[in-house]
Amino acid sequence: MSLAVRGLGVQFGGVTALADVSFAVQPGTITSLIGPNGAGKTTAFNAITGYLRPSRGSVLYDGAPIVGLRPSQISQRGVVRTFQKTSVFPTLSVEANVMIGLHLRGRAGLWRILAGHRSVRAEEARLAAHAAEILAFVGLAHRRQAEASALPYGEQRLVELAVALAAEPRMLLLDEPAAGMTGGEKDIVSGLIRRIRDGGVTVFLVEHDMRMVMGISDTVIVLNNGRVIAEGDPAAIRSHPEVIRAYLGAGAPRG
Amino acid sequence: MDVLLQHLINGLVLGGTYALLGIGLTLIFGLMNVVNFAHGEFYTLGAYTAFAALALAGVGFFTALGTAIVVGAALGGLCERVLLRPLRGESIDTTMLVMIGVWIAMQNAELLGWGGVAKTIPHPFPTAPLTLGPLSVAPLRVFVFVTALALIAAAHLLIQRTRLGRAMRATFQDRDTAALMGVRIGRIHTATFAFGSALAAAAGALLGPVFLVYPSMGDLASLKAFSVVILGGLGNLAGATLGGLVLGVAEELGAGYVSSGYRDAVGFVIIILVLLFRPSGLFARAERIG
Amino acid sequence: MIVLARTALAVALVTAPLWLASSYHVHVLIMAGIFVILASSLNVLLGYTGLLSLGHAAFFGIGAYTSALLALKLEWSFWLALPAAAALAGTAGWAIGRLALKLRGAYFVLVTISFAGVIALVSTNWMELTNGPLGLPGIPAPALGPWSLRTKTAYYYLVLAAAAVAYLVCARLVRSRIGRAFLALRENEPLAESVGVDSTHYLVLATVVSAAMAGVAGSLYAHYTRFVSPEVFLFSYTVTMVIMVVAGGKGTLAGPVVGAVLFTILPEALREATSWQWQMLVYGVLLVLLVFFLPRGIVPGLQRLAPRRTP
Repeated sequence: MSLAVRGLGVQFGGVTALADVSFAVQPGTITSLIGPNGAGKTTAFNAITGYLRPSRGSVLYDGAPIVGLRPSQISQRGVVRTFQKTSVFPTLSVEANVMIGLHLRGRAGLWRILAGHRSVRAEEARLAAHAAEILAFVGLAHRRQAEASALPYGEQRLVELAVALAAEPRMLLLDEPAAGMTGGEKDIVSGLIRRIRDGGVTVFLVEHDMRMVMGISDTVIVLNNGRVIAEGDPAAIRSHPEVIRAYLGAGAPRG
Repeated sequence: MDVLLQHLINGLVLGGTYALLGIGLTLIFGLMNVVNFAHGEFYTLGAYTAFAALALAGVGFFTALGTAIVVGAALGGLCERVLLRPLRGESIDTTMLVMIGVWIAMQNAELLGWGGVAKTIPHPFPTAPLTLGPLSVAPLRVFVFVTALALIAAAHLLIQRTRLGRAMRATFQDRDTAALMGVRIGRIHTATFAFGSALAAAAGALLGPVFLVYPSMGDLASLKAFSVVILGGLGNLAGATLGGLVLGVAEELGAGYVSSGYRDAVGFVIIILVLLFRPSGLFARAERIG
Repeated sequence: MIVLARTALAVALVTAPLWLASSYHVHVLIMAGIFVILASSLNVLLGYTGLLSLGHAAFFGIGAYTSALLALKLEWSFWLALPAAAALAGTAGWAIGRLALKLRGAYFVLVTISFAGVIALVSTNWMELTNGPLGLPGIPAPALGPWSLRTKTAYYYLVLAAAAVAYLVCARLVRSRIGRAFLALRENEPLAESVGVDSTHYLVLATVVSAAMAGVAGSLYAHYTRFVSPEVFLFSYTVTMVIMVVAGGKGTLAGPVVGAVLFTILPEALREATSWQWQMLVYGVLLVLLVFFLPRGIVPGLQRLAPRRTP
């Protein structure tokens, strides 16, 4: 269940987004990826989950290389990600959103569906029950029928989380899950992330909120200018000179 | 060899007008992201306006051409203002459907107004062909080609050398920054649509006398315009100019050497092949996943 | 209430030839039925998967020609020609689906139009196969054992059955995980991929199913009018289909049905009063008005008026 990234490089034309990134995410942990804006964090996510083709390097999940696979194939192996910009299925209900997330949990094929076979109905009922469980877990049971795009921002992000969880990830990549949230909402999300980890899912997240990152992470990886500059537990990272320099700028007077 | 050159000449004449169509559409499609299926209808409008001016009002050829351009610009501007501006921000599918509606409405209005029988536009040029050695070309076609080139040059000048052109280019490259720099995006859109439609009308007025004028002549013109846009690259004026000439020549060669029935297929095949094999190479804004 | 309405509708449809005034009216219903199948097929692509294809008449035409040629030249029975027509149209759909993988939006539309344009030109020019503009006359009517389904009444029941099956196929598809995958692709493709929805697979599936259904409609049309010409590829058929789906309500099951019936009956009713140019002109204006005032179509508009029962 571990993720091993070695020598990952991503180039856009003349711009190097990621230069030479190597790190590992240990199974069963909450690992955070932090770094100043433009450090390449979302690019790394995109390259790992198949939305970008890296120019160089390898990504191994559970020992198997996943570079070059489509995102849906990577999801099938248990690696599921969320997106930085709020990403739901906008005109569909919250329940329908989660049902789509449960796509891989269904088996019904075209012919059985067309024939109206009763195993299809049984499966649909099973999936609907499961969707209800997931919604209860994230606290959105009362919003089942609501149109996803009509929800307030914080709840939309919970829908995103519910959809990702529905896909039964063994490793969950969260791209700024707490962005734009109130303090109370962030605490809820932190709690959910802990419970997800306790359920056996490895969580790998990108986040800017340092309090949250230091509070829940087992490991913190720091990216700057497309490279890893530090990796360790929160206490070590907090006092790491390179990290401090990256965030505050070398010799920059703070006023 | 002579036959080849003859085909080339005919192809260039046709290509010049295709270039006009293409330039107009590449501006509209490129700048406004509107799939203008009614583009061919402005072409038809230009042809019928020229017919009305020449056959009914009896004015001179250049006056007729000028009238067609003005009518095209006016109706284009009106169309943008009334139909497209309120829909700015909607998905491309929505504007596409609206333009399809305009297309159908305009074509059938023309059918009702002028009847389905094709009309010939009288022209003041002698019918005896000019001969240059083994090649012969009708004076009308020479005039069409020269005028088309002049209009293409004028279009290039407008885009490259005037304030309006600069504003249009800025809007195409980065709308938000252009707006912040004081460019009135709404006006630019109206101007672009009007300009593109005027070029289409000019193409119609020029080709009308060469061929016949009938209400559905715009259908193929629209698609060929898209073909030129795809060949030359979205928003690329030089590309559209070259693409138009290439399409004209390719059609003539195809009709001459392969089969005249499949002449119109050349444009379709270009669209399919280019989009299949070099969609991002020729496009600034190819849509991709993720 | 709804159950009562549905039963009444079913009874009315099944007994229609008995109470309709003339066989002309039955003819109109037959055409409406064929268009129900056609509009529903376009709805799968346009309404549910979110792919605007303006080449749908190509699948209709391919189905019509395939069925006609198999019946005329190889003397196949209608009951074999119809599935073959669906299969060939479905294959063409597969080709378009593979094209869609790289293209979306306007570029996909252009490719579908070009594809339809090339097919139309082939049917006009390949005289040896299709008899060109002269068309293929004398297509045999289907036979059920010793009975020929030549009469309008008999054909009406055939089309009614086919339309019912088409509706059922759409309903079952839409309410399944396949239907949800289509919706997911329409709503947010990157998100769909992230939860394991293989966009390649489902886009191609949508176009194949859609095209095959259109092919069925084409076959039914060919064996009804018993004459097929390149006119089946006319863009006006595609336009009519698009209006039916958009006006009826894209992305709903009842939408294309309502649209198809409305826009088959309306032109026939107006046939005496106006010419088809006026009709098409009205269609054009109507399309513009719909986009502005009723963008989701008639059926969703009605649904908003009716009280919602919570499922």
